[in-house]
Amino acid sequence: MIESLFQFEFLQNAFITGIIIGIIAPLLGVFIVVRKLALIADALSHVTLSGIAASLLISKWWVPFAAVNPLYTGMLFSVVGALLIEKLRTVYKHYEELAIPIIMSFGVGLGVIFISLANGFTTDLFGYLFGSVSAVSRTDLYIVIIISVIVIITITAIYKELFVLSFDEEHGQSLGLPAKLIHFIFIVTVALVIAISMRIVGILLVSALMTLPVAASIRLAKSFKQAIIYSILFGELSVIGGLISAYYLDLAPGGTIVVIAAGILLVTILYKKLRLNFKIVG
Amino acid sequence: MKTNTPVIEINHLDYRYDYDFVLENIQLKVNKGDFLAIVGPNGSGKSTLLRLILGLLKKQDGQLLLFGEQIDTFTGWDKIGFVSQKANSFNTGFPATVYEVVRSGLTKKTGMFRFYPKDSKEKVLAALRSVDMEEYIDRNIGELSGGQQQRVFIARAIISNPEVLILDEPTVGVDIQRVEVFYQLLNRLNNERGMTIVIVTHDIGTITDKVSHIAFLNRSIHFYGTIEEMKRLDNEVMSFFYGHNMHLLTSNYEHGGARV
Ligand SMILES: Nc1ncnc2c1ncn2[C@@H]1O[C@H](COP(=O)(O)OP(=O)(O)O)[C@@H](O)[C@H]1O
Ligand SMILES: [Mg+2]
Repeated sequence: MIESLFQFEFLQNAFITGIIIGIIAPLLGVFIVVRKLALIADALSHVTLSGIAASLLISKWWVPFAAVNPLYTGMLFSVVGALLIEKLRTVYKHYEELAIPIIMSFGVGLGVIFISLANGFTTDLFGYLFGSVSAVSRTDLYIVIIISVIVIITITAIYKELFVLSFDEEHGQSLGLPAKLIHFIFIVTVALVIAISMRIVGILLVSALMTLPVAASIRLAKSFKQAIIYSILFGELSVIGGLISAYYLDLAPGGTIVVIAAGILLVTILYKKLRLNFKIVG
Repeated sequence: MKTNTPVIEINHLDYRYDYDFVLENIQLKVNKGDFLAIVGPNGSGKSTLLRLILGLLKKQDGQLLLFGEQIDTFTGWDKIGFVSQKANSFNTGFPATVYEVVRSGLTKKTGMFRFYPKDSKEKVLAALRSVDMEEYIDRNIGELSGGQQQRVFIARAIISNPEVLILDEPTVGVDIQRVEVFYQLLNRLNNERGMTIVIVTHDIGTITDKVSHIAFLNRSIHFYGTIEEMKRLDNEVMSFFYGHNMHLLTSNYEHGGARV
């Protein structure tokens, strides 16, 4: 494995991308989970899918467009989807969560139309759906690095405010924090991270990488800082373990990554249970 | 501590969420160093009034000044600490320590795009000390009792050393012995630091010997004055104490206006 890593550029691309995604997806995931936005992540990933499908379709109709990386259209759709969700949330003040299925089904519907127009499933599309060890190009990697740096700087810059508003939104507002702006910035970073994660985990499983490591970590963490550290740790374990097994077993990495993440979650639940029983008995 | 420096000034303030007025023609003036209790039955608009003062709701009609500035252009929110009614109905599964929660009270003062100052640990400890919760600094917030959480939220509110502390029914769910200790704490903040305090409460029986001013609110303010002034009032007012109708007050003071 190590040898092949030095030998094959595609493996390097996949691993470096994976390691980066393993950090930022769970990092944003912590905020997503405590703010109860897990479904938004899911909706945005489906919108990203329609962006990818659109790109594949346009390339088919107009060949020069094939030179444009589908990641860009994916990001574009994802960010627009995020803006639409925010808009809809203010339209349906009393049914805020309604925005999510509306955008999600619209994303899937649009995606399905594009895919059918492009004459169905290609191997390319399969890679976008479930991730791929071999499909990550150097350009993809560069895009991932640039977006990740932007996301990490952004999250660091608004960390305090994001924590306050996540823990107690009203308190944050009483401090005079720009709650709407912070939320908006956050949702846009989520949209970007979803788009860049899909090469590795695939669109259908991006939100799992954002939520499963966090679900495991908040069972163990006492502090918010710990929650972030454990989430990243579990995220990395899942991504690296998932990529290695996907490579050897010739599987789609999205599946192996998520199965490992689910395994980690199960272990933390059992661990807590065992300790609890032990306490009661002892 | 008595001064004549107005901290909160409200004139002819009305508010409605939908069709009906929830607040009508509110007049109120809180001076620096006052300890004001706002009392009134459920649904009388107490929380709404506080939320307007805090800028959580947008003012509709009337005038609202904070530290002499119109609320629409007011920016000194770090001078106001707030402990909300819902403070202990936050998500108890939230992974945060007491330290992280109390420190978050420094957010506004620290400013956007900046890290918390180096001495924030000492500040958190000092704030926790004043609510007698120092030894809980590393505990998870969800593991504490309701009363302990409430004290943590007060520490969060006072860590930025605000000039005014606003509390919405802070003693709900706190046991009786603790309530006494709680008021001692507020009195200490009021006397020693000269902190102006506005508290919304149901504890009308115990509150009168703790505060300097009292306001009876039921859509409009039916009485506002010092405790001494209130004690000079007749039996009809006292009957409110022992349980009942605000309208007794209404008929007497509706046209008299607030006694500022
Ligand atoms: N967000 C809201 N939307 C519509 N009506 C509200 C809202 N919040 C409060 N009200 C109504 O306004 C009135 C005053 O409520 P509130 O200020 O919470 O009273 P209190 O704090 O004195 O119990 C009540 O009749 C309540 O039903
Ligand atoms: Mg209330």
